[in-house]
Order: sequence, then C-alpha cells, then structure tokens
Amino acid sequence: MSKYNLDYLDELEAEAIHILREVAGQFEKPALLFSGGKDSITLVRLAEKAFRPGKFPFPLVHIDTGHNFQETIDYRDKMVERLGEKLIVGSVQESIDLGKVVEQTGKSASRNALQTVTLLDTIALHGFDACIGGARRDEEKARAKERIFSVRDEFGQWDPKRQRPELWNIYNGKIHKGENVRVFPISNWTELDVWNYIRREKIDLPSIYFAHDRDVITRNGQLMAASPFLNMDDEDVVERKRVRFRTVGDMSCTAAVESNADQIDIIIEEISASKISERGARMDDKVSEAAMEDRKKGGYF
Amino acid sequence: MNILKFFTAGSVDDGKSTLIGRLLYDTDSILADQLEALQQSNRKNDDGTIDLAILTDGLRAEREQGITIDVAYKYFQTDKRKFIIADTPGHIQYTRNMVTGASTAKLAIILIDARNGVVEQTIRHSYLVSLLGIEHVVVCLNKMDMVDYSETMFNAITEKYRALAAELNLKDVNFIPVSALKGDNVVNESENMPWYHGRSLLHFLETVDVETGAESELSRMPVQWVVRPQTDELHDYRGYAGRILSGEFNVNDKVTVLPSGSSSVIERIEIFDQRPETVFAGQSVTLHLKDNIDISRGDVLVNSDHLPQNSKLIEADVCWMDARPLDESITYLLQHNSKITKCKIREIVYKVDINTLEKLNAQDFKLNDIGRVVLKTADELGFDLYTENKANGAAILIDSRTNLTVAALMFRAIAD
Repeated sequence: MSKYNLDYLDELEAEAIHILREVAGQFEKPALLFSGGKDSITLVRLAEKAFRPGKFPFPLVHIDTGHNFQETIDYRDKMVERLGEKLIVGSVQESIDLGKVVEQTGKSASRNALQTVTLLDTIALHGFDACIGGARRDEEKARAKERIFSVRDEFGQWDPKRQRPELWNIYNGKIHKGENVRVFPISNWTELDVWNYIRREKIDLPSIYFAHDRDVITRNGQLMAASPFLNMDDEDVVERKRVRFRTVGDMSCTAAVESNADQIDIIIEEISASKISERGARMDDKVSEAAMEDRKKGGYF
Repeated sequence: MNILKFFTAGSVDDGKSTLIGRLLYDTDSILADQLEALQQSNRKNDDGTIDLAILTDGLRAEREQGITIDVAYKYFQTDKRKFIIADTPGHIQYTRNMVTGASTAKLAIILIDARNGVVEQTIRHSYLVSLLGIEHVVVCLNKMDMVDYSETMFNAITEKYRALAAELNLKDVNFIPVSALKGDNVVNESENMPWYHGRSLLHFLETVDVETGAESELSRMPVQWVVRPQTDELHDYRGYAGRILSGEFNVNDKVTVLPSGSSSVIERIEIFDQRPETVFAGQSVTLHLKDNIDISRGDVLVNSDHLPQNSKLIEADVCWMDARPLDESITYLLQHNSKITKCKIREIVYKVDINTLEKLNAQDFKLNDIGRVVLKTADELGFDLYTENKANGAAILIDSRTNLTVAALMFRAIAD
C-alpha cells in the first residue's frame, strides 16, 4: 500500500476544513449555524481543526424554536463556554411575539416552518454574508443536487435551476449586497461517516442521542416525545419507552426510534443495519415528495 | 478504506439513471423508507417492477420531464471502498453540468446503448472525458438483453470505440457488457454472457487504483488563511493554512512562494494537535516557515526544485457555462484555487464542434461551447499545465456583473 494512503474519514475531514477556510478567506461576515444536532457539533470540531490555535473567524448562531430538548440547550451552553467563542441566539418566540409569524394550530402544529423567518431576520440583522450549515447530500433528494456554496437571494430563496457550476475544488463566493451563501462543508459525508467521525474524535454528544426512558405517544407510526409543546388530545396514549433520537430538531417534529443503544458502538452497529433512513424520522418531509425542495426554495436550510 | 469519485455520461435513453439505481439497489444502499417512497410513485417499468431511475431524479422539474437537469450526488459503500457518484445529464444543452460533475471525478462511466453503438453523443461525452483528463474510463455497453447478449455485437462496438479512444488519447479504457434493467454485470456477474470473462462493473470500481496526486514531484499548496492568534503566549505564531494540491511537503524542505518568488524552509508542520514530519496531497495542514516573509491568501507554496509556470499570458481550453456569451471587451475575474485576479480574453483561437471534433474558426463563444483561448491576467499566476498537474492547472472565470461562474478553464501552455 502506498505511504500516501488517506483514509476516507481523513479525506472527508480535509475537504471540510478546506471549505471552512475558504469561507473565512472569502467572506466579510460569516456565521456557523449551530442546531445542537450531531452534524453541527461535527462542524464545530472541524472549525477547531481549521482555525486553532486562532479564534474562529465567525460566531455560532443558534435559531432557538423555544421547543428544544433541554438537553440540547445545556449541551450548547457548556460547549460555547469550553470553546470561548461567541454565540448569537435568534428566537422564534420573539418572532411570534413581534407578530412576524403566527403559531400553527392543530394536532401536528410545529415551529419548524416558523424558524425560517427567524433565521432570515437574524441573517439580515447581523448582515451575515455566509452561513455554514451541517446539511448532507445523502439526507434527501433535493439536497443531493445542492452545491457546497449555495447562493440565496435577498429573500433567502434557493433557485435550483440557477445554481452556479461548482468545478474542481474551486468555490465561487462572490455575491451581490443582500444575497448570502449557505455553505455545506460536510455535503459529501453520509450519516454513518458522521457517526464514525464522532467515535474516532471522541466527540461528546447531547444525551438524547443515546437510549433513555421517555414518555412518548405514537403518531402516524412515529414516536413523538410527550411534551407541553405537542398538541395532544384524548386519543393520544402516553407510553414509557426506551428510545433514542437519530436527529435533533424541534421537539414537536422530531421522532424517536425505539432502541437500547446507549453507546456509540451500538448506535453505529444499529445504523449500519437499519432500514429506515435518517430523515424518515422527520415529520416535516412526509408532506409530499417535493417537500424539501419547496422548503429550501423558501429559505429553509 | 478510501473513496472513489466517478461520474456517468449517457442519456436517460441509454439507461444511465437505471444503471445508478441498479448499483444502489443491488448493493443494498436504498433504505426502507426511500424504497417505500419509490413503490408509491407512479412510475413503473413495463413489467411492473420499480423504476430505479427515480432514485436519482431529485428535482420536481426533472421528475415531471423524466430527465436529469442537474448533477445529483449519490453515496454508497461496500466492504472495499466508498463511492461518490456524480450523476450528470447527457443532453448537449447540459454540457456544462457534465463538465461540473466530471471535474472532481477520477473515473468516467460512458454508457453506450448496444442497439445503437457509437453515436454522436458517445463522441461528445468521450471528448469531454479527454478534455478533463479523467484517469480511468469504463465503457458500459448497456441493454445487452435487447441484443440477445451478443458477443459479436459487443466486439464490433468495442473495436469502433477503441479507434475513438486512440484519437482522443484516452487513458485506461475498459469495456463491460451490462444490462442495467436486468442487472447483468452491474453488481453481480452475468450468467447470460459466458463469453465475457472480465469483472462486473462494481467489482471493477472496487479494485481500480485511485491516484491521489501525492506521488507527483510538483508539490503545491495554495495559502487559504494565515493563522495568527496574536495572543500573549502565541505572539509570534504565524501558520499558513491550506490543502495540499499535489506532491508532499517535509520539515526542512526548501519552499518558494509565488508570485513573489521569495523562499524559505519549512520549520514545522501542524494538523491540529499533530506535528507530522511529512504531509501530502489531499491533506489540510498548517505550515510554519523559518523566515518571516510576506505571504497572504492566494499565494502558492511550492517545492523550490520544481517551480510551476509563472505567467500572465496563458493558453487555455474553455468550456463556456453562461447564457451571456464570451465578451472580449470586458474584464472577468479568474479564480485559480484561492487566488482571484482580473482577466481578459485576448483571442479565441478556435472552437470545437464537440459532435465531430472538428476545430472551427469562431467569432463568438456561447453557452456550452468548448475551445481554445488566449487569456491575460492582471497578476502572475503560479500554475501547472493541466496535463501535468490537474489540481494546479484549472481555474474558473467569474463575470463580475452577475457574479456567476461563466467558464471552466484548463491551462494548456504559456502564450507568447
């Protein structure tokens, strides 16, 4: 074997670091969107590798739906303290209080769609010209076609028909005033790659990723965490189950899977064998075949 | 385990999306809920089986029209290797998307419909593979089931293709007879073609050698970012961060900085908390030099005994990618890795008819046109010829009016 052999995780890591440094070099006011999920936690580790011992050339930005898992918020605050980096929080509750968005009603009400408005307002308020996110192309069909540097217009919209060609490893970050670029450094990673990287790097995760006992109700065949944020009625039966979450979003739209996997090795084994893809546990994609495409066109990450 | 990036050239009619769907399906890379979504879709094959092509058609317009417009990236892995597929559209009006998908690929799959043999589109796709210098080519003769798995047919087409490959100077050309629809020789070796003794497509993809560019003598690292913490304890820390394009760098190597031409010696190499003695192509690293010289983003660090070209006048092949035609009167921006400089097109040397490979005199240069130009840059560029070092021999043109990427450039020579 050649002495130049680069393991796949090293190659993916090197590509992501290259992309992060391009963002730092090309933009005036970038930001890293931090959701508290494992993908953005991975981005933070990659940013450390790209810029230490210097400071990050961007703040972390969290769009807080107000319906978060408490474990995620605790994790976020501890992490920011360890890093010594700046955190900016955009609040969906504030957008609601200001009358910019209206809370959904009904059984499947969720704040997931509302956060797009808060995100766009936060971008405008701080004048961010690039927002780094942890989306991956293996998650969903529309994402499979999105560029690593994805230009959004003044309204945050993605136009799939007007994407810039992205050639070799050369990233064109030139934009007009008002536009911004969404940057996806781990576009080429799969869910399993992220987990293997987290294991290799011994990265700490919020506890809800691991098996724990929780009160849940079953809706459309999916397990939702019972919480004050979920509109429940008499038909909903609360059961206590041993579950974990594969993705971490808003409490009202992130489903759990039954699992005994309380360690990362077991989770990786489970995912390797699993027959339900990760976004299958997201209610928001179930609406129609083009659901993600429509949300991205509207400014969603 | 390493990664192989490859792209597929062919049209929907050749069964390209079906071939990719078949690779994913037969390697168990389709998850249950995706499969469920597939089964609920209205598109079925004539015999009622799932239309695997749906797996790669992402955008709504593509599903409605049953075609591929943009590059879709797909991921799968086996015990031996990880794969990234760039599924690119085959139609001439999407030439730019194919060039985009091909630019990062190490291997090209060219699909030929066994009923039709080498056609105009095959020539066009093969030309693009040659233009972009793709290291390995696999020609899949698809729909073998429709020609009774005929060896004679296979031999006739491969002979014809070999002549084309020689004309285009293609490297490492391989032929595999397949049926994407039925699954012959895609993942599993076919029982219908006992006369074929080669590997199945997947087996080939798993075993082909993937070069990283590290063996190259041309060591290059564009500086992306200068790490300067400027804290009390790290007051003198000054690290040049970048990803190595080609070759290797060692502690104590003599390096030259371009375009300034000043040189120094590597004092220390860092990858986060590691201090390796040697780093090589593909790695993102931070280099420290013994001397305090002026280096900023966009400069290139190279090994001093193999200097790159350093010129403002360059002959380049161009693929035009924008609806606005090339304009010799305006100033574009040229981006070469992390360096951006102003650029004008001095002269259109010729345009290629990519269906016949004829070189034509050209007055204009429009969307999807390919040909040779002479360009002049404002700053000197430390580049290599594309044939000698792809990673440091390519660039893009940006139209500063629209900020769009309007052309792909491959450097071919220093111009007079």
